[in-house]
Amino acid sequence: MDEKLVEDKAKVLPGDVIAEGDYLSGQGTYKEDEKIKSKFLGVARTEKSRIRVIPLCGGYIPQEGDKVIGRISGIGPSHWWVELDSPYDGYLSISEGSDEFIDLDNTELSEVYDIGNMIYTEVIKVTKEKDVKLSMQDRICKKLSGGRIVRINPSKVPRLIGKGGSMVEMIKDKTGSRITIGQNGIVWVSGGDEDLAVGAVKTVDEKGHEKGLTEKVEKMLKESR
Amino acid sequence: MMDITEIEEQSALDKIKKGERLDDRGLEDFRDVEVETGVAKKAEGSAEVRLGDTKVIVGVKFGMGEPFPDTPDEGMLMVNAELGPMASPNFESGPPGKDATELARVVDRGIRESEALPLKELCVEEGEKVWKVMVDIHILDYDGNLMDASALGAAKALIEAEIPEYEDGEVKREKTKEFPVNKVPVACTVVKVGDKYILDPSLIEEKIADGMVTVTWTEDELCSLQKRGNGGFTKDELLDIFEIARKKTDGLRKIIE
Amino acid sequence: MKKDKKLLKNGKRIDGRGIGDLREMEAEAGVLERADGSGYFRMGDTEAIAAVFGPRELHPKHKQKPQRGILQCRYNLAPFSVEDRKRPGPSRRAKEIGKVAEGALSSTVFLEEFPTATIDVYMEVITADAGTRCVALNAGAIALADAGIPMKGIISACAAGKIEDTPVLDLKGEEDQGGQVDLPIAMNADTGEVTLLQMDGMTNIEEMDEMLELAIKGCEKVAKKQREALMKTF
Repeated sequence: MDEKLVEDKAKVLPGDVIAEGDYLSGQGTYKEDEKIKSKFLGVARTEKSRIRVIPLCGGYIPQEGDKVIGRISGIGPSHWWVELDSPYDGYLSISEGSDEFIDLDNTELSEVYDIGNMIYTEVIKVTKEKDVKLSMQDRICKKLSGGRIVRINPSKVPRLIGKGGSMVEMIKDKTGSRITIGQNGIVWVSGGDEDLAVGAVKTVDEKGHEKGLTEKVEKMLKESR
Repeated sequence: MMDITEIEEQSALDKIKKGERLDDRGLEDFRDVEVETGVAKKAEGSAEVRLGDTKVIVGVKFGMGEPFPDTPDEGMLMVNAELGPMASPNFESGPPGKDATELARVVDRGIRESEALPLKELCVEEGEKVWKVMVDIHILDYDGNLMDASALGAAKALIEAEIPEYEDGEVKREKTKEFPVNKVPVACTVVKVGDKYILDPSLIEEKIADGMVTVTWTEDELCSLQKRGNGGFTKDELLDIFEIARKKTDGLRKIIE
Repeated sequence: MKKDKKLLKNGKRIDGRGIGDLREMEAEAGVLERADGSGYFRMGDTEAIAAVFGPRELHPKHKQKPQRGILQCRYNLAPFSVEDRKRPGPSRRAKEIGKVAEGALSSTVFLEEFPTATIDVYMEVITADAGTRCVALNAGAIALADAGIPMKGIISACAAGKIEDTPVLDLKGEEDQGGQVDLPIAMNADTGEVTLLQMDGMTNIEEMDEMLELAIKGCEKVAKKQREALMKTF
């Protein structure tokens, strides 16, 4: 018998049975005895016959293609270690470290990125053993200096971006700030009304699970003027 | 968790230079102070103090013990602090480190030197039996300024405490009477950042401090000082600091009395 | 404990409960700020707070497992949680409970998703009136879900026991001291899988059957309370 036991967008806990029978077990779920169950405290979604659970909280685990904000935590002979606020540090090789050629005979790696520097970087490979390779080749990647750092829960990143970038664009527009969002929940705000932009990002983090988030952030931006 | 970044430190510094703070407080403002009592039912007195996201529980237990040889007719005060791994991603399990020991000793000196407790009245049999007043500071959430939160919690837990009766060689915990506290020592840590002073530092602000002094006042007297961290102070600076702390501790004391 | 004091009179216990009744429960998720997840649980006068950190890097490196993460538990009694002040830091008893708690919680976590990493569960008992390991585990399980850890289900715990030759559920302090058997269990109440089992005392198979049945029913009620608390967050 095929049966869906919880409604779309219902809140679920680990172990809750979401559907039985011929459904597909998508992200955030697992299958046991023909039952699709939730792995997370999250929200259940059904797309056609695929069941997913979107977690409401949780840490960051690197995935290929993610853009993240990290901190240089170590320098090797021809690579950097980058802390990503995850159990797995990133490895940035010299060849991926810059789109320009680095002449090791005349340059110290610390002149390019020193310990403590913050970078916006891309996860290009994650092995099964969770070795994480990073790259700065994409033009959007950069070293971050000045500005403000805001830490939010990584599960709130999709809300901060909004549908088609609508949320972050609205905040940028109202504050004149540049906003760079790492999938790992680290956000960099620079220029414009930084205080206001930081406040808006924090509002998304605190109220990201509530209804009418866009209106709340809009109101917050208007009132702080 | 990623440690505090240079960018975060710099933003905190820039703010303080302008006379502002990252969380919109004034330089001498505390975060919201919340004090709750009776939080540990087996303790004879207990208090939970929150300063923003910092949270500590202080419990007071009484026990019977043998006095120190040099004070045979006085009760004993013991203050202990634990910075357990629960309170911060950067704390580790294990015996109390230097930070926890300093924390406990500064709180201890505030209570001891202010003569807050009537130690002579806590003697049951000279040289043989005296009450031990055991104050345990338990840190649940660490977001800066443990010193002031713990001292406030200890003072409140002592004010709230009721001492058991001692009958027929036994501590009767079901029968208690009021425990007199003579003075209320309250600590205020004044932090120097550049040419500014701030109070109730957050975690980031503790990291950028050029120096700090924890000042403990009773209603009318200074009872303990501790310069903490690196950096130094001139005599004039110190006199200013004592005064800033006196005003602030007067306010904090009203919360717990 | 005086021998003449009756723990059971006409099927009623010293606090008025029936044989199969749990003490009053209270549960909350997200009680701490710095931890990745946290929980609070109270049964009667026994209460505990738990914090979860991770998944995070495991130190020292030699403890790391290449195929899967590990879950580490610390159980500790606050010095002021008991009648006579306890020396700070985990005792031998506390270390053993930490170990069995690891076994109880690990079985439900998808540790294979976090090779080399650790998930740390720190449980602090604030007030102890028997049943502390169960109450600590209940707080710990809430904290794990609150931290967004992927799990097969939520672990719930409670103890059954025997007082005056009668199997009863959820012993409080005086009952524990004057009791004959203490049987704490933890389980996934959805699947019926028991993941912690300890027992002290003398009993037989019939009583054991009865006590297990009481404890399983108790865990199901605990699970409801945990669910309420988690549904209220976020």
